[in-house]
Amino acid sequence: MQLDVLSAVRLSCAVGAAAAALGLVPAVAVAWLLARRNFPGKSLLSALVLGPLVLPPVVTGLLLLRLLGRAGPLGPLLDALGAPVTFTLLGAVVAALVVGFPIYVMTIRGAFEAVDPRYEEVSLSLGVAPGGTFWRITLPLAFPGIAAGMVLAFARGLGEFGATAIVAGNMEGRTRTIALAVYALLDGPGDDPRITTLALASVGLSLGALAGFEALTRWQRRRLEVDG
Amino acid sequence: MAELHVDVEIPLGPRRLSLTLRSRCPAIAVVGPSGAGKSTLLRILAGLERRARGTVAFDSQTWQDPAGAFVPAWRRGVGWVPQDGLLFPHLSVQENLAYAARTQVAPIARMLGIAALSARQPRKLSGGERQRVALGRALASAPRLLLLDEPFSALDRPLRSELGAAVARWAAEHAVFLVVVTHDSADVAALARESWEIVDDRLVPARG
Repeated sequence: MQLDVLSAVRLSCAVGAAAAALGLVPAVAVAWLLARRNFPGKSLLSALVLGPLVLPPVVTGLLLLRLLGRAGPLGPLLDALGAPVTFTLLGAVVAALVVGFPIYVMTIRGAFEAVDPRYEEVSLSLGVAPGGTFWRITLPLAFPGIAAGMVLAFARGLGEFGATAIVAGNMEGRTRTIALAVYALLDGPGDDPRITTLALASVGLSLGALAGFEALTRWQRRRLEVDG
Repeated sequence: MAELHVDVEIPLGPRRLSLTLRSRCPAIAVVGPSGAGKSTLLRILAGLERRARGTVAFDSQTWQDPAGAFVPAWRRGVGWVPQDGLLFPHLSVQENLAYAARTQVAPIARMLGIAALSARQPRKLSGGERQRVALGRALASAPRLLLLDEPFSALDRPLRSELGAAVARWAAEHAVFLVVVTHDSADVAALARESWEIVDDRLVPARG
């Protein structure tokens, strides 16, 4: 079977990184809303965000395909923009982003919630408007937690399988990430040594990401320490 | 001469605070037992308590009225110093002092005896140093109304009266209206010329 291990690793990293980057602003915005604001529909928003965590990824993929695919309501728009998602790398990124979004938002929400809102109150009382207070107090204090969320979203995107297979397919050199490559090889004859290589690459990348997450989480705790 | 006028009600746990105060004395102390609602009064003045209903006005500006008008905290020109200081933990002492500075920081740091601390991080400071930096940060923002919540509780006696006198002088020189919450009679003597007390959820002129 024609299958390039390096290309699969590269594609996985690209998909994870793109999902983490594209999801950053929406994840920060939604996490901040959930952490700091009360509004009608908050429970609904929370449930919508968490949805992909409890849905089978294959079903999430199916819903994405129905929504964004050529025949879906948003398909023609994406085609017109020159950014179709079906069987493209963009589709793999969208799938990884949607499936990883709950963990992204939850991590950042935790970081915002760890920031004592009285710091923001002090800033406001000193005459700094809410926007400035967010940029100068809330965001820097939550920064390590936000970065930890990025790392987790990246790691989740690395290994995404179900939704990616449905939306982006399993195309060598285009959408075949590590998980899809392993699946393709398992489907083939015999015990291909490339499976072990891919599995090791996957474990290495995931462990690296988790180490980064741990370090960032520790930094977040230290940043908010008042004594010491 | 500025006038401070408060006439608000606010729920506080199962109780209901009813706070009424009108004064032209620019150095007011509010005393009362812990939990009486003194800090809540300062938060109402700072514009941080949206649950309060009623009127708050300062220096012929209405900050809040019963019809629902509400001037947000960042447009009030107050300097609020909460009891634990709440220095921004990611900024150095100097950066905290300069955070919202509208005047020179150095003379304020000298007055408060914190000039030598400027490069330090807040978590490396003692409780008393933190209180002084928090006070300096508020003074540097050139407030019209300075709200102090137990400002010297972590300081020892001699420094306490020395700083009390310095802050009172600074407030008088810069025409800053001062409201200080404390249960230390020395703070009252050093900082205030008029005392109020919260008794049974109401604000009344203090005895003696």
